[in-house]
Amino acid sequence: MFHTRHMRIAVAAAAVVTLTLTAACSSGGDDDTSSDGGSASAGAPSGDILVLTNRTDLVDTTFQDYKKTFEAKYPDVTVKFEALTDYEGEVKTRMNTKDYGDVLLIPNSVSVADYPDFFEPIGKTDELAKTYSFVNEAAVDGTAYGLATFGNANGVVYNKDVFKAAGITALPTTPQEFIADMQAIKDKTDAVPFYTNYKDGWPLTWPQSWMGAVSGDKDALVKMAADDAPWADGKEKATVDSLLFDVAKAGLIEDDPTTTNWENSKNLIATGKIGAMALGSWAVPQMQDAATKAGSDPASIGFMPPPFLVDGKPVSPVGGDYKLAINVNSDHKAAARAWFDWFINDSGFYDLAGALPTVTANPAPANLKDFEATGVQYLEMTPEAKISAIDNQAEIGLGQPDYYRQLVDAGRGASKDTKESIFEGLDKKWAAARATVG
Amino acid sequence: MSDTPKVATVPRRTPRPFRSNPRPAVVRQSQRGWRFTPWLFLLVPLALLVTFTYIPVANMFWYSTTDWNGISKVKHSVGLDNYVEFFTRPELFRVFWVSAYYLAASVIQLALALYFATLLSFKTRLKNTFKGILYFPSLINGVAVSFIFLFFFQPGGTLDSVIGLFGVSQDSMPQWLGNPDIINFSLAGTSIWRYMGLNFVLFLGAIQSIPAGIYEAAELDGAGKWAQFRYIIAPGIKPIIGLSFILAISGSLAVFEIPFIMTDGANGSTTFVIQTIKTAFESNKVGLASAMAVVLLAIILIVTWVQRRLVPEEEVNLT
Repeated sequence: MFHTRHMRIAVAAAAVVTLTLTAACSSGGDDDTSSDGGSASAGAPSGDILVLTNRTDLVDTTFQDYKKTFEAKYPDVTVKFEALTDYEGEVKTRMNTKDYGDVLLIPNSVSVADYPDFFEPIGKTDELAKTYSFVNEAAVDGTAYGLATFGNANGVVYNKDVFKAAGITALPTTPQEFIADMQAIKDKTDAVPFYTNYKDGWPLTWPQSWMGAVSGDKDALVKMAADDAPWADGKEKATVDSLLFDVAKAGLIEDDPTTTNWENSKNLIATGKIGAMALGSWAVPQMQDAATKAGSDPASIGFMPPPFLVDGKPVSPVGGDYKLAINVNSDHKAAARAWFDWFINDSGFYDLAGALPTVTANPAPANLKDFEATGVQYLEMTPEAKISAIDNQAEIGLGQPDYYRQLVDAGRGASKDTKESIFEGLDKKWAAARATVG
Repeated sequence: MSDTPKVATVPRRTPRPFRSNPRPAVVRQSQRGWRFTPWLFLLVPLALLVTFTYIPVANMFWYSTTDWNGISKVKHSVGLDNYVEFFTRPELFRVFWVSAYYLAASVIQLALALYFATLLSFKTRLKNTFKGILYFPSLINGVAVSFIFLFFFQPGGTLDSVIGLFGVSQDSMPQWLGNPDIINFSLAGTSIWRYMGLNFVLFLGAIQSIPAGIYEAAELDGAGKWAQFRYIIAPGIKPIIGLSFILAISGSLAVFEIPFIMTDGANGSTTFVIQTIKTAFESNKVGLASAMAVVLLAIILIVTWVQRRLVPEEEVNLT
């Protein structure tokens, strides 16, 4: 009966397939041992340190120059880099062990309250605030656990040539003007007026980073955490989210948002096929780079503040980018600290990124000169830890693309939801989560 | 199988009597093996199995009773709260409707696979080329497949261009991924293309294990191709068909790769597994997400059990 045996083997083989399919992956391992407490920060910096970075593009070039300069200053220290493509995901998983480099960027998904378990204290916030910006964003009870590598201003990256072709002479200062300008681009040019980057998702989360732009209030996030209905008519959150909805509703976004492509969008805006995209100032050098590569003029890439005026001036909320921190389990804390200080103070990394400096005394980089000429006020927001606690509990995802996608879908008529029904649902979830988190 | 019609000319052979002691005593004496030897050989696979399957699954059960956020050093036990929360929030179950598209697609997928496997098990021109073509998609990794189809479905992409060759204007073309009424059909179609090859190979292997003599005998008796399929092939590979259905159902409940990479679950294409991932890593509710994963596991086990009860596995005996 050899064929029945074959059949058994076939069934067994297929069963193996089943097993591998049903054995969903799950990562185990956790480590409850806390640090040994003894701070090794004291003493002369020496030893090997491992620096984790997300800049795969710079690790073999600029960072090697940094290494040379730094090691010339501290001959006893050897710096090694590890660049990670999926920085967020990999480092967050590695933080379940002790092996996550000596100096690293804090993954965004780690909640601030957990910082003391993982990172060395950097100093008291009131002391640090005299020299540095964005100090409070990585602080627990007055102690900072990390400093921003650089800061970002939020606004809209646009193509000046497209704006000119559409006959736009002055930058929009109200949402109505913004929509009218986008409509002009649609009518008079072939460009997509406002590209949402719906598919890649993360560039779609800009409405949250515009909190503060409407009111000019640096406590906007604190107020949102204390509000049961931040999406009620006229509130700041509702106003900014409405702008996204209205742009989608007026048909001023890409034809099929589900097939957008972030890497390609750089090329599209550089060659005048996109009018505008809401992004941080960090995006400007990347777009200019794309323009150079595509053979067009990098000067055609412009950056403008959010289209709102507070006391006659536009406001751009600024925030720290990735925070640099020192692993609490590091064997060479003095060396790690030396690199940390050198990188924040002396590397000039912010200038390379075309971003705002963490050291308050440093001047803004050249490519933000036009932006500052609009009279824009930088607004450093007061961080509010409760926001993410409520957000997680409510499963809304203020920094995640999902509900912004719902807004776009409702706007472009792809779902039965209305703006009102979405906002109502958000308010309900927010209020319920506030009641639980307290 | 008393009620299934039998191929009349195939004689039933009586089964060989089962020997209670198949190994003669002489052989045993000549064995110099240590009784733990087989276990030594099993040590490596067992260690791998325990490390990468059972410990993580046990951990998942444990996480599902905590409020862990995925990174904190502390995990508070919350008992069965996560399960209570899951079962009291109907919106978390709504995503199972999306699985219905994939379930329907997998029926089509199995039918196609069976059709091609049968066709290619007979004498056909360019047989091996066609086998290669049909199995080829299974060799490409899922990420690549998703990207191929992302370009395929783009407005003005491959699909639109091909339809355009027949004189259909580009403007009347629907948005294959942008339209919420179509998106799940597009994604399920991709899934058919991706996974049909695997079913095809399983079926083909099973069909080829049927001795050629039976077909010859059937042909002599005047059985056509359809009769051969109906009375030889179909009953002959019944266990594989049954198993494929179980795989199809559990597969469609746990769809992940294609919608996650192609649309990130946007526009109404969120499946249960995508929802679980988002709960764990976006809302940082690893506890609740683990509970959801445990429930999915339970659902799949129950479905499999029910199916085995309805269609019990039978010993195939054609000879």
